[in-house]
Amino acid sequence: MSDTKQNAVNKTTIPEQEVVLSLYRSEDKIYARHVSGFFTNWRWVMVWATQLFFYGVPWLQWDGRQAMLFDLEGMRFYVFGLIFHPQDLIYLAFLLIVSALSLFLFTAIAGRLWCGYTCPQTVYTEIYMWMEQKIEGDRIARMRLDDSKWNLNKITRKSLKQFAWIGFGLWTGVTFVGYFTPMRELVPSLLQFQAGGWETFWVCFYGFATYGNAGYMREQVCKYMCPYARFQSAMFDGDTMTVTYDETRGEPRGSRSKKAGENANGLGSCIDCSICVQVCPTGIDIRNGLQYECIGCGACIDACDDVMDKMGYAKGLIKYTTQNGMESRWSRQQMFARLLRPRVLIYTTILLIMIVGMGVGIYYKPDFRLDVLRDRSVMARYTNDGNIENVYNLKLENETEVARDYELKVTGLPTLAVHFSDNNSQQLKALKPFEKRNVIVEIQVPEAETRAGSHKIFFELTEIETKETIKEKSVFIVPSN
Amino acid sequence: MNDFVSGFWPIWISTITLGGIAFCVGLLIFASRVKVTLDSDNTNGHEWDGIKEMNNPLPMWWVGLFIITVIFGLAYLYLFPGLGTYDGKFGWTGVKQYEVEVAKNNEKIAPLYAKYAAMPVEDVAKIPEARDIGKRIFLNNCAACHGSDAKGSRGFPNLSDTDWLYGGSPERIKETITGGRMGMMPPMAAAVGNEEDVKNVANYVLSLSGSIHDSGRANAGKDKFVVCAACHGPEGKGNQMIGAPNLTDNIWLHGQGEAAIIKRIHEGKTNQMPAWQEKFSPEQIHLLTAYVWGLSNK
Repeated sequence: MSDTKQNAVNKTTIPEQEVVLSLYRSEDKIYARHVSGFFTNWRWVMVWATQLFFYGVPWLQWDGRQAMLFDLEGMRFYVFGLIFHPQDLIYLAFLLIVSALSLFLFTAIAGRLWCGYTCPQTVYTEIYMWMEQKIEGDRIARMRLDDSKWNLNKITRKSLKQFAWIGFGLWTGVTFVGYFTPMRELVPSLLQFQAGGWETFWVCFYGFATYGNAGYMREQVCKYMCPYARFQSAMFDGDTMTVTYDETRGEPRGSRSKKAGENANGLGSCIDCSICVQVCPTGIDIRNGLQYECIGCGACIDACDDVMDKMGYAKGLIKYTTQNGMESRWSRQQMFARLLRPRVLIYTTILLIMIVGMGVGIYYKPDFRLDVLRDRSVMARYTNDGNIENVYNLKLENETEVARDYELKVTGLPTLAVHFSDNNSQQLKALKPFEKRNVIVEIQVPEAETRAGSHKIFFELTEIETKETIKEKSVFIVPSN
Repeated sequence: MNDFVSGFWPIWISTITLGGIAFCVGLLIFASRVKVTLDSDNTNGHEWDGIKEMNNPLPMWWVGLFIITVIFGLAYLYLFPGLGTYDGKFGWTGVKQYEVEVAKNNEKIAPLYAKYAAMPVEDVAKIPEARDIGKRIFLNNCAACHGSDAKGSRGFPNLSDTDWLYGGSPERIKETITGGRMGMMPPMAAAVGNEEDVKNVANYVLSLSGSIHDSGRANAGKDKFVVCAACHGPEGKGNQMIGAPNLTDNIWLHGQGEAAIIKRIHEGKTNQMPAWQEKFSPEQIHLLTAYVWGLSNK
């Protein structure tokens, strides 16, 4: 951030004065002016993309069940063709790491892309502001409406807005709960007021949170609640693209007639129309330089470019640019060349490794689970026919939605015999969907053939249909006497 | 519910808790009207390493949240335990919650258990679902000693064969699980005689099951077996009323061979199976009995 302007302010200090002030203050309401342009269009693209996904996915079906369902009671997450269990927590960790690294990468390249275009807070605020604008009008009209006395017009518009806001909030709540309770059962039960207590609570709670955050809290969430605003500066560097006001070109600012020309009377290009301040959703003046409140939404860029166009000046008085680029007056190509700096390359590399690792891990994830527990109480037995016997408890879980058969192979010692308890070799067959089973196995080794001690052995369980195999290590103990 | 041993600590804790809340509220009120000198650039003269403190008032809604948390805290302290010995309006404890949840779960599975409890053990053992329940109870509780396959190991009887210390009828198995067993063989060496006599008796015992033995010694030890016969019976067939093992089969709970038997005669043996009536409900014991009985009665 350039602080020449800050210094300029500090030089002209007025003598100190003692004032009584409150450490709390009601924040002024921000009336953001309607804006259109390149970056605003992109934001709307992202609004549509994210919200089509969010509202649409719960309605998709897959093999006779909801395609994406987080079944908390059954402790299973269905994601299209995949089923995740609590033991698959590692993939959630992967997902979070990938998300965090993506955030670091995008932030290093172009500042608060996430905040400006895809963060739910931004997206829902955008939607709620659109509703507000359609019902109450643009900035000036909304200010007038708020200042006016309660009359029929005000009551009508205000209640219409509330109706739209609450309706949208509730539908968002319903959609959210629809990820946890099958959507096609949830909606009818809600309409008949027969939904469960928790479902109703979460619909109302999530709906209220949407309504409150997007309707009323808006920029307050970004300024006071969101931690990302506080640590984003650690991810910025001199080559990060941020929304920047071109001070050199713009100052000294001042209004002039359109005929006067761009640099008449020693003025800069900024005509001080303050539209960039009016459109800002966080109510800051970008001309003071980069501030932590700036969410990088680019609304001021669109607004200023519009004004520059009307004045017949070149665009880009406010633009995405880097600090180094601004100071050295680089061209876009020179700035893009700095994209290949170590920070970006390292983030990209780690991110790719993580994504590939996660993809490979999920692709090769066997859809059953095996734990081998050696009986610790029964160290080893001598059978009547001169064998040594160890007992193992195989905990087997079928994680698919169809019945499955398995077969077992045990390796690791030259001659070993596998016996199923109760002589029931059918124990590995016909596991019902999601069935967990304890299969007790006795392994026998001829006494004469093995030396005393513990021997590594391997249990290889193969799913007969898919040929997927899990290999689990265990030990076989031969007592010394 | 509380573990306080003196009257002082509960008061100490309550004072700190409530005092802390009161202090926070006081600070909030104090900070709402405070005198500060302000520069024209909205800083207040505080400076650390060139970083100046600016006057940035807290938003009012945040203060509102603060007040809500204070109200929540006081309400919580009224409803739940938090102030020393005060139990809270609800009288909630972790143990109570656990008991309520267990009771709720038991209520859910009660009909299932009741259905099986009404049937004789022999019939329950034929139902796969019932055997599965029994198997799970067995694996979680009994397998630690008897092994996952119920075949036991040294000192822990095999439950899957037909050799029973205390009898293998459903009633006896149920009795064993419910009340436990205490098998006790006193040291018998003194009653048997000298070291030679002990060795002779040991060989006689080996001969009963047709194991490898010294027939001369076995013949010499036959008379001395009278001492043992009091429990193990004249033919060494054991006595299921007192849990005396059968010596004529080839199953050796505490080790086979001459040395192991001599050791037993010298030292005796006390072997205990714990009682489970405290841990299991009668219905659970019924299912467990069916599972164990079913292991040897296919």
